[in-house]
Amino acid sequence: MTATWSTLNGQVALVTGASRGIGRAIAMELGARGARVVGTATSDAGAEGIQTALLAAGIDGAGIKLDVCEATDCANAISDIETRFAPVSILVNNAGVTRDNLALRMSDSDWDEVINTNLKAVFRLSRLVMRGMMKARYGRIINITSVVGAAGNPGQANYAAAKAGVAGLTRSLARELGSRNITANCVAPGFIETDMTKALSEAQRDALLRQISLGRLGRPEEVAAAVAFLASADAGFVTGSTLHVNGGMYMV
Amino acid sequence: MDSIEQRVKKIVAEQLGVNESEIKIESSFVDDLGADSLDTVELVMALEEEFECEIPDEEAEKITTVQQAVNYINAHLKKA
Repeated sequence: MTATWSTLNGQVALVTGASRGIGRAIAMELGARGARVVGTATSDAGAEGIQTALLAAGIDGAGIKLDVCEATDCANAISDIETRFAPVSILVNNAGVTRDNLALRMSDSDWDEVINTNLKAVFRLSRLVMRGMMKARYGRIINITSVVGAAGNPGQANYAAAKAGVAGLTRSLARELGSRNITANCVAPGFIETDMTKALSEAQRDALLRQISLGRLGRPEEVAAAVAFLASADAGFVTGSTLHVNGGMYMV
Repeated sequence: MDSIEQRVKKIVAEQLGVNESEIKIESSFVDDLGADSLDTVELVMALEEEFECEIPDEEAEKITTVQQAVNYINAHLKKA
């Protein structure tokens, strides 16, 4: 007998920040499991790249340009997806930015930019998809947080605050929407091989590896697999939780 | 065609899972029909769909009984 994952056939997934890294891997994984996938990017080139990758993999979907901080654009995107495909049944809030600095040197704009993109936009997009999910009596909201939201990290007061905020938001959504068969969960990656971690120096990287039980950085696909689980019917009784994918760097 | 009151009662019955005969014009969704806050939001969504209108949040909050829903729809449909 072979193990089979329940498919995501018939689902419509929206993945923000899908032009590269973890978001791209999530979009491809959900598509591979049968979902129609809309991936967002902040540039036209990014959107085209998503579109091309989906097409090449035979996945029905689209790459669209969207700045998640623009409220009107988000509302339009959600209704466009509904018209073109069906209401969003899987929302993956993945888009995020970093503006690292020691708290002492962190400007208000560094703080605001990270909070707006990584926290406020997550709330706003979640609110936009709720109506359709409530009607359908089914929905999956999956928010990508971070190990640093739980463990803290010097130089990332803004980022850690936003990610911890998303975890609290997610637990509240789980309680509000549970009676309508909508689950809300977080996936908290540790350090993953992406453009975001390529920015680390060799010394930073070595120090990091010593903290990770598995002795390596994670792969985007390993985060995507966790997201795909939470997006599936198999995870029907999991809500309000955080699935840590960090190689044993931080254990809760 | 059913009256607005009948249509409203039908939607309330469907949304809240109560028998239509239990629903009176003065029934309060929360106090009499056992709705929770999420139910009332959904009810307004269903009314919007049935009567093809958009009920602003500040108006929606004031609709707590069948009568208030009927009144709102009556007032609103006349404008259309």
